[in-house]
Amino acid sequence: MNVISNIGKYFQMLWVVFSKPEKIKIFRTRLFDEIQSIGINSIPIVALLSTFMGGVIALQTASNMTSPLLPEYTIGYITRSSTILEFSPTIISLILAGKIGSNIASEIGTMRVTEQIDALEIMGVNSLSFLVLPKIMAAVLFFPFMLIMSIGLSLIGGWLSLVFADLSSTETYIFGLRSFYKDGDIVYALVKSVVFAFVIVSVSSFYGYYTKGGALDVGKSSTQAVVNSSVVILICNFFLTQMILL
Amino acid sequence: MIEIQHINKSFGDRQILFDINAKFEKGKVNLIIGQSGQGKSVLTKCIVGLHEPDSGSVIFDERNFTNMDRTERKDLRKEIGMLFQASALFDSMNVEQNVMFPMTMFGNQTKKEMLNRVNFCLERVNLEGKNDLLPAELSGGMKKRVAIARAIALNPRYLFCDEPNSGLDPQTSIVIDNLIREITYESNITTVVITHDMNSVIEIGDNIIFIHEGKKWWEGDRKSIITTENKEIIDFVYASEFMKEIKASMQNS
Repeated sequence: MNVISNIGKYFQMLWVVFSKPEKIKIFRTRLFDEIQSIGINSIPIVALLSTFMGGVIALQTASNMTSPLLPEYTIGYITRSSTILEFSPTIISLILAGKIGSNIASEIGTMRVTEQIDALEIMGVNSLSFLVLPKIMAAVLFFPFMLIMSIGLSLIGGWLSLVFADLSSTETYIFGLRSFYKDGDIVYALVKSVVFAFVIVSVSSFYGYYTKGGALDVGKSSTQAVVNSSVVILICNFFLTQMILL
Repeated sequence: MIEIQHINKSFGDRQILFDINAKFEKGKVNLIIGQSGQGKSVLTKCIVGLHEPDSGSVIFDERNFTNMDRTERKDLRKEIGMLFQASALFDSMNVEQNVMFPMTMFGNQTKKEMLNRVNFCLERVNLEGKNDLLPAELSGGMKKRVAIARAIALNPRYLFCDEPNSGLDPQTSIVIDNLIREITYESNITTVVITHDMNSVIEIGDNIIFIHEGKKWWEGDRKSIITTENKEIIDFVYASEFMKEIKASMQNS
């Protein structure tokens, strides 16, 4: 019952979030601030994870290539496919759900328990639109760029690991990367990144905004935000795969 | 003037406010007093629309706030300034940005005009030159004064103060009380202060409403509260042994 009530409340929140901003100039300023906070500040962790993730995928694929019938370029092909279809959009989003989600829930939750949100409402400001809309827009706009960067770095990571471990040549790896390429895979990954960006920010904002109590409850909201946005990401991942790939 | 009529409010099965009627007059400091947990803050939140009353009306100068839609309420709220118990300053903004915030959201002034107004408001609360400090760098009393400056930035017609003296030493409390009183008289606004600080009651209470068990128990001014024979008021005003002794000695003399 509580789950259904929360889902209803979540959609009611979204209805208010997507009302017209009070002042476009202020919205624009806040949007750039949030792009900095949500997007640009996440680049180092995404870059690091993607590079090592690509390296590990390539090494694991190479270590499992025991059959002489499998061509060597399969390593590049599998590295590319795994990275584009799953690792870059989903794994990176799950990691960002931890980083960004907890940050958003604790920021908005603290504003709630210290009456800053009440202060906004008293002034006549639509607090949901003011606080949440720039975050959603920033994430939805910036996640696709991070995805492209993540795919690129992951493939570079795979190449570096293979070359240093002397498991494949550069030419063969690149040939594998270019084999059986479908534009639809990139579109699928981009759609996933946009949906996951929306999920992470909106679910985390929901738990932050409806925090009740004190510091302890802000911590609980933060945990709930990370757990629930991760669960919603996995569910959306399943349905998006059904809808787009099959 | 703000008028509240037959306000009832419950949370689940628990009724907090019972049929409260009151008038808060313009140009006066109106106090809502009572012990903790009696419904003072809930009543204030019903008046400003942070809680919806179960029944009853809140009327701001003949405009029924309870019946207004979201847009009408938003317009009226621009006439309300509120000082919160914990000051509620925006952590990420410095003093100047906090005070300027309502003007940037709703004003049409130039940056220079806004800055002049900010400096005027900060001067009014004796915080001139503190523009660049962050809330974390301010003392409790300074935070309250910045919150007052922010509350008066848009020249409000109604000022609400939720326990403005909580967490402050007696001397700073007097400074805040005097500030609230001066602003009320100077700008001829309707001020409603929620407090259980007896110094404030005696110092600034032009019109006092005593809330007890969610009901309006008593109404009067700062002179009559000292002399009333109402038992609950006496228990509230003369809560400490020291005050009881003073009352006894007053009666003996």
